[in-house]
Amino acid sequence: MAQTVAQPTATTPAIPAKLPLKAIAPWAVFFGILMLVLLYFVGAEQGATSVLNGTDVHEWVHDARHLLGFPCH
Amino acid sequence: MNSATVRNLLVRGMLAGLAAGVLALIAAYFLGEPSVDKAIGFEDAHAHEHEMEVVSRSLQSTAGLATGVLVYGVAFGGIAALAFCFALGRVGRFGPRATALLLSGTALLAVYVVPFLKYPANPPSVGDPDTIGKRTTLYFLMMLLGVLLAVATTLLGKRLAPGLGNWWATVVAVAAFAVVTGLAYRFLPAVNEVPRDFPATLLWRFRLSALAIQTVLWGGFGLAFGELAERLLNPAPAKAATGRAVPAAH
Repeated sequence: MAQTVAQPTATTPAIPAKLPLKAIAPWAVFFGILMLVLLYFVGAEQGATSVLNGTDVHEWVHDARHLLGFPCH
Repeated sequence: MNSATVRNLLVRGMLAGLAAGVLALIAAYFLGEPSVDKAIGFEDAHAHEHEMEVVSRSLQSTAGLATGVLVYGVAFGGIAALAFCFALGRVGRFGPRATALLLSGTALLAVYVVPFLKYPANPPSVGDPDTIGKRTTLYFLMMLLGVLLAVATTLLGKRLAPGLGNWWATVVAVAAFAVVTGLAYRFLPAVNEVPRDFPATLLWRFRLSALAIQTVLWGGFGLAFGELAERLLNPAPAKAATGRAVPAAH
């Protein structure tokens, strides 16, 4: 009996507490940029622009670049 | 305390991205690679001069593919986890699991489907090497546009909700998203560089497999990250829910 009474309050979804923007910002800036750099190397390095010389990065991730939808060559 | 929560969510996002990347890699290897091989076969049959192989095909289709897909999974997992930190408790009455799945579906739409419908994925031998700069710029621009529009749609929905109610606010905001995306499609330059005799079925299969890879990636990420986030943020209710399942079975 106690369970049927307890159930409605337990299943009512509570709005989760917001994380303060000040706590998120440093992580978002630093890791956001880091993640974008990773995406750049998978998606565009040695294609449209090059930071490193040669074509090794391009050739190594060649299939992933095609299959993930990035313009390749 | 809150900064530690953000760090924990970020780590979990990258791990969930890695796990989703493994699933996407399986999809890419079995669904995508056969089309890539056939397209390279077409390229070799039509090329006048043969390029020297820097990385062998067997490495490109295994270790190379794995590197690309897993790094992509981890990177987007991290970004999505940071977006989740902003979204949690701010987008509506959604718990961690529902927020994660909603976010992940939106991300699939914003960073993949929106660019894909205008500039779809192309197999080897489709695409003029001379226009790579223009095509890359347009593609990243569409990704950025997708993300900005998704954020704008969410803010618009929140703004309209008190007046229209949640349902109609969502309908109006999503309709605005569709209209603006359609206008962008209309005014951005078209790219069509498919060789005249390239097999249409091969192009269709390649593009379908590319879409499948992303669906697996984001679907897997939403479920995995949602579970990890739920366990981190709501450890007690999750235990109570499983405990209650036993008496309910009588």
